[in-house]
Order: sequence, then C-alpha cells, then structure tokens
Amino acid sequence: MKLVLENITKVFPNRNKGEEDVVAVNNFSFEIPDGKLVGLLGPSGCGKSTTLYMICGLQKPSGGKIFFGEEDVTNLPPEHRGVGLVFQNYALYPHMTVRQNILYPLQNLKGDDKLSKEEMLKRTLEVAKLVQIDNLLDRKPSELSGGQQQRVAIARALVKMPRVLLLDEPLSNLDARLRLQTREEIRRIQKETGITTVFVTHDQEEAMSISDMIVVMKLGIVQQIGQPQRVYDDPANLFVAKFLGTPPINVLKGEVRGGMLFIGEEAILPVKGVADQPVTVGIRPEGFVLDERGPLHCQLSGVEVMGRDVSVVATHEASLNPVIRSIISAESGVDTTAQEIRYSLKPHKVLLFHAETEERIPVEV
Amino acid sequence: MVDSKQQWKAWIYLAPAIVLLLVFTVWPIINTVIMAFQNDYNAMAAVGGQTFTIGIENFKRAVEYRNFLTCLKNTALLCVITVPASTLLALLISAALNSIGPLKKALTTVFFLPYVTNSIAIGMVFAAMFNMVRTVRVVQTAGIINNVIMFFGGEPINWINAGSTYWANMTVMIIYIIWNALPFKILILLGGMQSINKQYYDAAKVDGSSRSRILWRITVPLLSPMIAYVVITGFIGGFKEYTSIVGVFGETMGPVSDKGRLNTMVGYIYDTLPRSDYGRASAAALILFGIILVVTLINLWVSKKRVHY
Repeated sequence: MKLVLENITKVFPNRNKGEEDVVAVNNFSFEIPDGKLVGLLGPSGCGKSTTLYMICGLQKPSGGKIFFGEEDVTNLPPEHRGVGLVFQNYALYPHMTVRQNILYPLQNLKGDDKLSKEEMLKRTLEVAKLVQIDNLLDRKPSELSGGQQQRVAIARALVKMPRVLLLDEPLSNLDARLRLQTREEIRRIQKETGITTVFVTHDQEEAMSISDMIVVMKLGIVQQIGQPQRVYDDPANLFVAKFLGTPPINVLKGEVRGGMLFIGEEAILPVKGVADQPVTVGIRPEGFVLDERGPLHCQLSGVEVMGRDVSVVATHEASLNPVIRSIISAESGVDTTAQEIRYSLKPHKVLLFHAETEERIPVEV
Repeated sequence: MVDSKQQWKAWIYLAPAIVLLLVFTVWPIINTVIMAFQNDYNAMAAVGGQTFTIGIENFKRAVEYRNFLTCLKNTALLCVITVPASTLLALLISAALNSIGPLKKALTTVFFLPYVTNSIAIGMVFAAMFNMVRTVRVVQTAGIINNVIMFFGGEPINWINAGSTYWANMTVMIIYIIWNALPFKILILLGGMQSINKQYYDAAKVDGSSRSRILWRITVPLLSPMIAYVVITGFIGGFKEYTSIVGVFGETMGPVSDKGRLNTMVGYIYDTLPRSDYGRASAAALILFGIILVVTLINLWVSKKRVHY
C-alpha cells in the first residue's frame, strides 16, 4: 500500500494565551512506495512522533491530506484505517496473556470482517510464529523480557493484517545487543510481510541500518529525504551532516580563496566551482588519512583503541567542536607519543557548508 | 535503623499516639472480649462488686434474643444489595467523569457532596423527601418524591410513615445508602482511572475497540485492585450500617407502626446500652466482627482470582 502525505501540518495551540502556537509538523509532503521500510529520524521535539500519530489517526492534522493508496484517510478514525501501531513502551495489556493480547484486535472486528474463533486462533498462531513467540502464548507480559514484549507488540499490530505498520521508537527500550538483533528482526518481518512500514527513531544508526529510505526532520520541518547512504554521503545541510554518522562529523571554520579551501592558513584541498567565501567545513571521521606531509596540522591529544580501528583524538584551533575525531585503521600505526599529527583528506569526505545559512555548497568533481 | 541508645527518644515521640491507641482502641477491644465471655455480665452489677462465671452464655442470649435475626437479615440484605449496586454505579459515573472535559471539576464536586455532609442531616432530608401523611383518602402533606409520582398521575406511596411496607422502607434505605456510598468509591475509582497509562487507550483505539469494550476489557481489569478495595471497604462499612437508618427513621429504627423493623447489627449492640447488658452487647460485637472477618476473607479470596496484577 502506497502511503502519501500531502502538505501535512500540525499546530498545537499554546497553553499560554497570546503566545505563539507550536508548529509540530510543518508542511510535510512525502510519498512512501508500497512495501518499503521508512525511518523518520530527528532529535526529540522534531515532530517525528506527531507525524506517526497523524498517519495512525490518533492525532488529526491541522492541514494537509493523508492517502493510503488512492483512499483519502485524513478524516478516518484509527480503527478504520487499517493500521498497526507498535508503541514505544509496547502498551501490552498487562492483564491479558500474550495470546489474548494478540487476539484482542481480531475480537474487535465487526460485521463482514468478523472471524470465527478457530480462524482467530489460527491467525494468532501464524503471526506468533512469524515473530517467533509461539512458545510464549500463555504468559503474561510481565513474565517476558523486553525483546519478547517487543515481538508481542509487533504481533499484535500485525495480526489484523494492517495496510500500514507504524513503529514508535521500537528499539529504544532494549539493551545494545538486543537492539542489533531486534532491528534485523524488524527488517526480516517487514520483508516477509511486505507491509509498508514507517518507524520513528532518534538513533541515526538504527534508521540507516534497516531503512529503505530515511526522512530527517528538525523542528517540524523535513530536512532531507532519501536512501540512507545517499543522505549520509550527500547531506543537504549542516544539520543533516551532523545528525548522521557516529562518531559525528568534525566541523571546522574555513575559507575558500581562489578555488582552494583554507583551514587557518593551511591550504587543504582544491575545491572547483566554489566562489570565494567563508565556509563551514565538515569532515567525516573516516575522511582522514595519516600523512607525514599532509596539509592539516593537528595537536594530538589521545588515541582510543577500538580493535579493528583506532580513534585518534586531536585538537585544531579552527575546530568548532572541542576535538577532532578521526577513525583510522589500526594497522596504520599512529605514533601516540607525538605532539603533532598531520593528515591529508579524502576529497569526497569533505563537505562545505555556507557559513551562515548552513546550506550545503556543492563542489564540482 | 535508629541507634539503640536513641531508641528512648523514638518511644517518646510515639508516646502520645500509643497512649491514645492503648486507652481508646486496644483496651476496649480486650475488654469487649473479656466481657463477652463472662456469663450475664452487667455493667451496673460489675460496679456493685458482683463477679461472673466464665462461659458462652452471652453468645447464646445474643443469638436467641428475638431481634437478632431481624437485625442480621436487614444488615445482610442492605450489604448484598447496596455494595454491588453502588460499586457498579460509581464505576459508570467515574468512567463518564473521566471522559468529559469542561464540567468535570464541577460535577466531581457535586458527586462528592454527600461525603462531606452529615449523615443525620441527609437522613432528615430523605425523610422529608419521601414523606407522606394522609387522612382517609386525602393526602395532607407529601414529600417531593410523592409529588412527582402524583404529577405523573401515579398513586402516592407510603414510603416511611406509619403503615408503610417493609420493602418500601428498604427501598428508601437502599437509595440512601447507595447515594451516600458513591462519593468515596468515585473518588477512588476516578483516581485509579486517571493513573492508567493513556497508551492502553490509544492502543485499544488503534485495535478498533468500541467504548463499552474498552471499559469492560481494559479499564475494569486495570482498575481491579481499586475495585477490590472499594468492595471490601464497602462490605465492612455496610455491616456497620446504623446512622443512615437513624437519620431517616429516628431512634425507632422503623416506622412508628413497626418499631425496630429496620434495626441492624450495630443498632442491636446499642440497644442493650440502657440496660447495661454489656455482656450481650460484647457478644454481639464479636459475632459482627466474626461475620465481617469471614466476608472480608471471602472477598480477598475472590479478588485473588480476579484482581489481575
């Protein structure tokens, strides 16, 4: 089922009269192709959850339209939309067993959709098998681990075969290991069922790892939409660049003079087709190459060993962050006793942004 | 833990409460037991220096006394009818209050009024409302209830006055007790409802539940600890029913034509006071205690099965 958002806006009136209303989501348009997994990504308060609740029908948009396929569902209540929603803390009914929890949405079906008891139990068992909890059906939610509860919540959302599956911060309540495992799980279930899925997260790694597409939001405004790798490599502005990637992108003050990028007084890189101007330079941690004759001089402050790679922590006076962090292969042999470290940079890992608007400045290749 | 050298301080701080409890709660309870097991104990005789043999004579007398079964029947009937009815009503009212916006506070106050009003005063108002005096076939004065009945062309009912029937009396008492029991139950249940995580309701909405289904399948089970609490305290309160009857009927505990017809267990205990027959009163008090204990244990046993978490 294709999911279309057309100029969706949500305004919450301010509690204090006379003060400005809060625009949670501002003019959001987006078309999610059938069967795709889309991550809504942004810091807290960016309107991603509000968007999800509007798709779900628990909140009404102040403006704009929502379509499932060709059907306009903007004014439909949630129960008639055919959506499944997985809540951040699962919201499993604590007094019901796992089986009853999954059965519950089916028991609510009325009229032509009404199922026989056998059919309901059959569907419950099917979906329980899909999320691999068929051995836990007689337990109460309180007797399950976080990951198991998560699966039950997904089963409950899937059992009535929704047109759209929505997940609100699905992994935020799980520990690090379970998170990795569960996100693979979500991807597998989504692939197997082929249901168009939207999930909300503030964790960029989570969004990038399993989404077909990501939507980066900030203060109710969509910043960029695209395939995860494309957005990472080619961010539209400094916010997106900063938000994606761990460790985060290094940001330095720089200047373009005569087609050459300067950081401080050091000529770093030729940048074709960029007018002379002060710029903000973003360098991905993996964009640094140890080079004794490299143009970028940094003061070495420490090396963190991470096994396969080492993370070199250095400082530079033009840096807008406290430190510059680079990821370097452990085999390259960093001299940890040195005062100074010199880098050359991989050109495609160096991104230029307008110093004031923070919009991306394209560089000709 | 308090340092053992400092413990005497703790005892001093606790002393006022402990002394009061010992004098006015603990000792009377012990004394009740002692009096109950002294055959034919009488307060006046005891003051006069008489001693009594130990035995269960008081319990026999209490049970055999002509009024005992009436009192027990009235008390049990009122409990069995009013506790479930008021709990159900309180549940529906709380659910309604919880789902409305603007008038919620005003209405909550209205429902809470009986709680802060003197029960004798309420009883007198009820007596006035259900009043009716007639001579031969002419109604002389009538309370608002009969006025309403007559307005709609009905025959006025003798609710509480001389010559009224037992069930007319009981109907008035049941209405009174249910109405009087509502505020506390609404207070507890509404508080419980407000503490239920809103996400369950969002989830239920997405799952397509109707409102009544949400109430019975989600709200009630999640409220079950509070419901058990109001039912148990309701039964305990119900078995102690007394002031409500006095409020409506006065000390006659029934219409003047049939005094004592609506008497309750607590009323039965008080009745012996003018006679200084503390032995029988104590025995009756212990019997009432036993009944409340058994009912509460049954309640707890049932709620263990029905209270969900």
